[in-house]
Amino acid sequence: MNKKTNWIVTILIALGSLVILLPLYLAISIALKTPKELADSVLSFPIGLHFENFTKAIKATNFFHAFKNSAYITLISVAFTIITNSMVAYVIARNMNKSKFFKFLYYYFVSALFVPFPIIMLPIVKQTSDLGMNNPNGLAFLYVVYGIAFNIFIYVGYIRSIPRALEEAAIVDGCGTWTTFWKIIFPLMSPINATVAILTCLWAWNDFMLPLIILNDPSHITLPLAQYVFQSEFGTNYNLAFASYLMALSPMIVVYIFAQKWIINGVTQGAVKQ
Amino acid sequence: MTIPAVVLFAAFHTFPVLKGIYYSFTNWDGLSLDYKFVGLRNYLNLIGDKNVWNSYIFTFKFALVSTILVNIISLLLAMGLNTKIKFKNFFRAVYFLPNVLSILIVGFIFNYIFAYVIPALGTKLGIELLKSNILGNQKFAWIGVVIVAVWQASALNTILYLSGLQTVPEELYEAASLDGANKFQEFWNVTFPVIAPFFTINMVLAMKNFLMVFDHVMSLTSGGPGRATESISLLIYRSGFAGGEFAYQSANSVIYFMFIIIISVFQIKFLQKREMDM
Repeated sequence: MNKKTNWIVTILIALGSLVILLPLYLAISIALKTPKELADSVLSFPIGLHFENFTKAIKATNFFHAFKNSAYITLISVAFTIITNSMVAYVIARNMNKSKFFKFLYYYFVSALFVPFPIIMLPIVKQTSDLGMNNPNGLAFLYVVYGIAFNIFIYVGYIRSIPRALEEAAIVDGCGTWTTFWKIIFPLMSPINATVAILTCLWAWNDFMLPLIILNDPSHITLPLAQYVFQSEFGTNYNLAFASYLMALSPMIVVYIFAQKWIINGVTQGAVKQ
Repeated sequence: MTIPAVVLFAAFHTFPVLKGIYYSFTNWDGLSLDYKFVGLRNYLNLIGDKNVWNSYIFTFKFALVSTILVNIISLLLAMGLNTKIKFKNFFRAVYFLPNVLSILIVGFIFNYIFAYVIPALGTKLGIELLKSNILGNQKFAWIGVVIVAVWQASALNTILYLSGLQTVPEELYEAASLDGANKFQEFWNVTFPVIAPFFTINMVLAMKNFLMVFDHVMSLTSGGPGRATESISLLIYRSGFAGGEFAYQSANSVIYFMFIIIISVFQIKFLQKREMDM
């Protein structure tokens, strides 16, 4: 078991990681340069640290406004996804062996995973604008509803590994279904809730296509949309553009640094269970 | 709690799917007040549409090459990260980082790299091939999209393979080395069969995601130069919303839907049969 460090592989892995790190280094260094420095040499280290690029980018993209929208949509989506999807999954997981109906529901939700988004793209835009849902709340609502397809898949796998005896004991003690779920099952689901929360968070924060088609009021713009607009309008000032890209990426990098272990575990659990 | 969920899901997912299929038999432009049924006309027109063919060819070429590359690279990375190396946790964290970054913004960063950094390097080193922007080249722009897609997607697949490799029992390797197996035999006869289910999942996931490519193309080439990198989803989005081809592109999405189902089912069937043979 206690093998020696494999230096050849270590070196190869280290060299390979440059492929990941170099583009990110470039992004940071360009964000800190002046246009003149950038024109002189793309690859050199920045001479002075021009943090004013960031303040200018904040003004040019109305960063905090888009940030607020993205944060709002992400928070609402994560909170409602955890509360609702876990309950739905619980009911399905506990009944799908007894009842054909719940078994059908399970496959109904999971099969939606294979429906490519473009097939609903055109109708859903009509539908949301007819219902007045072409705003951040409507978007968050869609994330919660569409998330069900994948979340049911991973929740059900997890819930079935929780022994039934725990619930039976709770019911003997006089708990109803509702209290049993919140007092006994929901706390036991924390690891998988963390997984779902993180995946939903990454999705809602980084998604570009749904906001692009659903939101048509410029005041509702999310961060990826703001970058897109910025790119097409001020495409030539790369220092500002990169400062703005970095600011849009950084919240998820911060989340990643703090929740790294959960994210990596979560992704593996999410995709491979069953 | 399940009833409202089913109703909402049906209303906002299944119903739009059915509506999309319904529109595909009409001539609605998406705005007019009335429309007529035209039967299979949209579908027949699709067959002769050069732009549609073009988007299918790009999308399938892109998805196939990217799926293969991502799986080779992630499997190698996962094996590397699974051996005893220094700073293991640090490198795992680095390799997984692209997965949390927005594809759109990653695309913008690479757009700049392809346009300025690589040509600058090419000029400095005197390499003719690197001197021009690959994304501006009608013939090779798709390779640029592949590079970015692989850069981003390898993160997720590496983690999946890594978790697969951790399920391989250590005793099997000991037995293999007692039998005098070399590294390649060890991989082919021990490692690969055990991680076969992970291989299936990675192939299906990667292929399905790449067939839906959208953000990459928007940020790198916007479908250009010409229509060289126009993916199916981009064509549906553009012509469906702005080009007055609502019904026509609905028919296109129905065909696209069927392709994805057929490919996924075929992949799962084929790859799972492989799993059992081993």
